[in-house]
Amino acid sequence: MHRKRQAIRDHSAEANLFARRATIAFIIVIAMLGIVLNNLYSLQVTQFEDYQTRSNGNRIKVLPIAPNRGLIYDRNGVLLAENRPVFSLEVIPEQVDDIDATLLELTELMGITNDELERFQSTLKGTRRFKPVALRTQLSEEEVALFSASKHKFPGVQIEARLARHYPYKETLTHALGYVARINKRDLQKLVEAGQEDNYAATHDIGKLGIEKYHEELLHGKVGYQQVEVNNQGRIIRVLSVEPPTPGKDIVLNLDLELQLEAQRIIDGMRGAIVVTDVKTGGVLALYSNPSYDPNLFVHGISSKNYSALLNSPDRPLINRATQGQYPPASTIKPHLGLVGLEEGVITKDYTITDTGRYKLPNVSHVWRDWRRWGHGKVDVSKAIEVSCDTYYYELAYKLGIDKISDAMYKFGFGDFTGIDLYEESDANMPSRGWKRARFNQPWYIGDTIPVGIGQSYWTTTPVQLNTSVNTLINAGERYIPQIIRGYMNTDSSVDLIPLKSLRPIEIKNRDNLDVVLNAMRDVVSGEEGGARHAFADTPYDSAGKTGTAQLFTVGQNEKYDASKIDERLRDNAMYVGFAPFDDPEISVTVVLENVGGGSKNAAPVARQIMDFYFRDRVFDTVNTAQSNNTNKLGAN
Amino acid sequence: MKRTTINPNKISLLQRIHIDGWLLIGLLVLSAVGLFTLFSASGQDMGQMERQFIRLGFSFIVMFGLAQLPLGFYRFLSPYAFVGGLLMLIAVLLFGDMGKGAQRWLDLGFIRFQPSELMKLAVPMMVAWYISKFTLPPRTTHIVVGFALVVVPTILIAKQPDLGTSLLIASSGIFAIFLAGMSWRLISVVGALIGAFAPVMWFFLMKDYQKQRVLTFLNPESDPLGSGYHIIQSKIAIGSGGVDGKGWLQGTQSQLEFLPERHTDFIFSVFSEEFGLTGVMCLMAIYIFIILRGLIISSRAQDAYAKLLGGSITLTFFVYVFVNMGMVSGLLPVVGVPLPLVSFGGTSMVTLMAGFGILMAIATQKRLMSR
Repeated sequence: MHRKRQAIRDHSAEANLFARRATIAFIIVIAMLGIVLNNLYSLQVTQFEDYQTRSNGNRIKVLPIAPNRGLIYDRNGVLLAENRPVFSLEVIPEQVDDIDATLLELTELMGITNDELERFQSTLKGTRRFKPVALRTQLSEEEVALFSASKHKFPGVQIEARLARHYPYKETLTHALGYVARINKRDLQKLVEAGQEDNYAATHDIGKLGIEKYHEELLHGKVGYQQVEVNNQGRIIRVLSVEPPTPGKDIVLNLDLELQLEAQRIIDGMRGAIVVTDVKTGGVLALYSNPSYDPNLFVHGISSKNYSALLNSPDRPLINRATQGQYPPASTIKPHLGLVGLEEGVITKDYTITDTGRYKLPNVSHVWRDWRRWGHGKVDVSKAIEVSCDTYYYELAYKLGIDKISDAMYKFGFGDFTGIDLYEESDANMPSRGWKRARFNQPWYIGDTIPVGIGQSYWTTTPVQLNTSVNTLINAGERYIPQIIRGYMNTDSSVDLIPLKSLRPIEIKNRDNLDVVLNAMRDVVSGEEGGARHAFADTPYDSAGKTGTAQLFTVGQNEKYDASKIDERLRDNAMYVGFAPFDDPEISVTVVLENVGGGSKNAAPVARQIMDFYFRDRVFDTVNTAQSNNTNKLGAN
Repeated sequence: MKRTTINPNKISLLQRIHIDGWLLIGLLVLSAVGLFTLFSASGQDMGQMERQFIRLGFSFIVMFGLAQLPLGFYRFLSPYAFVGGLLMLIAVLLFGDMGKGAQRWLDLGFIRFQPSELMKLAVPMMVAWYISKFTLPPRTTHIVVGFALVVVPTILIAKQPDLGTSLLIASSGIFAIFLAGMSWRLISVVGALIGAFAPVMWFFLMKDYQKQRVLTFLNPESDPLGSGYHIIQSKIAIGSGGVDGKGWLQGTQSQLEFLPERHTDFIFSVFSEEFGLTGVMCLMAIYIFIILRGLIISSRAQDAYAKLLGGSITLTFFVYVFVNMGMVSGLLPVVGVPLPLVSFGGTSMVTLMAGFGILMAIATQKRLMSR
């Protein structure tokens, strides 16, 4: 049947049928390719810009470049914090044929430890093969030389240099300068909150303490960027453009390195702090807290052993005693209180009391004693400051009352932050009625007021706070904020000074009152019974000051203080505040020494050494002339 | 015959060696464009260029060789090739080698062989042979048998799994039936049936990775780093090429290796990125020229078998082009279909050129006979 049909097939009809179908097929082909073309048109023309952007987004990566951190100089241009290249030995896995063999040879050559190998192996796993992996960080110069000599044997192994902070004067400046260390999670969180994370995208370290932390913004600079073309692995193919980073500002401090070194030398072995400021500006010339520690340890990550040693040391080296140490000011505030008494009119410069060594309030059985058991006899305010008469000040405190004392002393800066450019600062405590209520939920008793007169009771201060209060006194109420930073170093080594910062001044009603107090402070140094007359005997300059001996141990009512019988940590703190030259004060020195005993014997000589050092090259031809000349030029600034 | 008088010497020479000049020019131009594109797409890898060049040469020799065989031989061979290929497909499923997670290779001891490639030619040959035994247009029963001849190898290949090849084989058979004059009424019925078959495919025949491809196709952005990555990067490459393209060797998507499979299935993205819409239209024109020439040759063929086989080979070539361009531009799901004569890759190129060899045989033997 099929055969038959085939026999009658119509070839021309079949050919026409096929030709029709082929034509239809061709039309369909064109139509379908038209659909494809239409789709390509929409990709390449309609959505061109979108895809072009995405294509660039694929290939162009913006890599941040870390700015160089600003350098820190002392006031004489000595470099205190520098950026030094640190070298690390790195392996680029991709370029090494046999990693294991290479590591073995490197171990032989450089003495790579197992710890380092383990760390390397674990880092290696999570790293792209063309990215370098550090085998040893912080190579010594010898190691750099050693490797460089046989570098040709190690293809794919290289020495990488990076700038890292270095503090050449080590522990001398730690509490002022602080240090930088690797940015940790908490730093990062703060940076994110401050919207600064982009600026730190390439930055390794951040200021953690001291000036490094306080002036982080100045020192850090602004991140730069390079636009690079990368492939799908993230490997950089070429650099398209570079926007260089803006380096951090080089800053100059008020600190005088030599004075700082001297301070360190003098109180070596003691616990305490020395603060030296420029009276006329509040600039901090020296700020040293002992014991200290090497900040370089922190820059490259301190070992937990070293850190716990610092943390657990009974001498508390991590505390900045100059700004965080809270000490009873003791007799050092007698000049301030004397001035307040005079200004408030509760005493006059001629008002006297008779000191028998004992002070009693009516109807109160408690007896407050003078440091001199038999008393000082008849004393006025000048004498009270010169000999540091406690009884006079018990009486003065009683007359003033806690409210006036609190208010006045708060104006001198007690109980408040000085605003020094360090975050490590305590506001210490100026007691008041409200404070006691809030702190102990107790009323203020009259008996609480009496020891406030000699800077005890609940009253605490920090050395820098005390120093600032004395400057306020010297400057007749002018209140400069202590500043460690002095200005910016320009490329030509000139310095742009930062404007002085000050608080609202204290109003002195009667200039004579101030002179009474300041002259009394000079008598402390040069008077016949002055508390610091031995320490300051025969200085070529004229100075003034006030000693203080802070009791940390409450002596029983009928007992005698005996240093040898009490625990060392409860022995008296020695304090001294002083300034010089008297006529035209330049520096103000505050010394606090923990548990060493009386201020006259221990702190005053330290202050003297500081002043001697400061004035070492100075010739004074007016020694003791000021004593006969009653008009001084104080406060003339 | 009028044409032969225009340049009798040249035509007669080409006729004598069984070569269709227009088709040869189209294929050579296309191969040249392909080599240029591959040079860029392979990252200027001379090793790959060399291999592709050798492969092209070999394919042209195969084409030339097959063009010499008489059409009667192909007609005679059709049922044997089909049955033999079918047996080998079954053998592949039973003993085949795994390659890239799919069972496609048959190791005959001395040679590794991909029977599905053979079926790309054997199926249209078989369908053309069967349909052309009867008068055209075919009756419904013949069409049903014809479809059966298509469906069986298609399913066997789809099970390997090789979606791209099964698609090509299915369409090659269907084209033969369509060209034979299957009635439009029947075409709509079959279309409806295929529509009904789709869910069956989804639930019973498709492997998970194939389903994933389809899902990714429907929404590539849902998985930009996973299976959607290919298609997104490909669209970025094409789109960023714009009208003029980024220039030869300047395509960032391809040169920086964001584009996967850039020298094989996704080479069209490289081409589009570097030569833009302008280049794409030129490339399409070359393909359209080859397709048009193939259809003209088929229409002039003397008997139904040659017409159906030639038309089927030509239209299958179009399917390659359409599916590849469609899939890399996000119009179709990603099935492994190369861009003919441009993509790097061996077996399918040889098969394609073998098809063109048969087409050349059809073109030239008709002329000889008609003389």
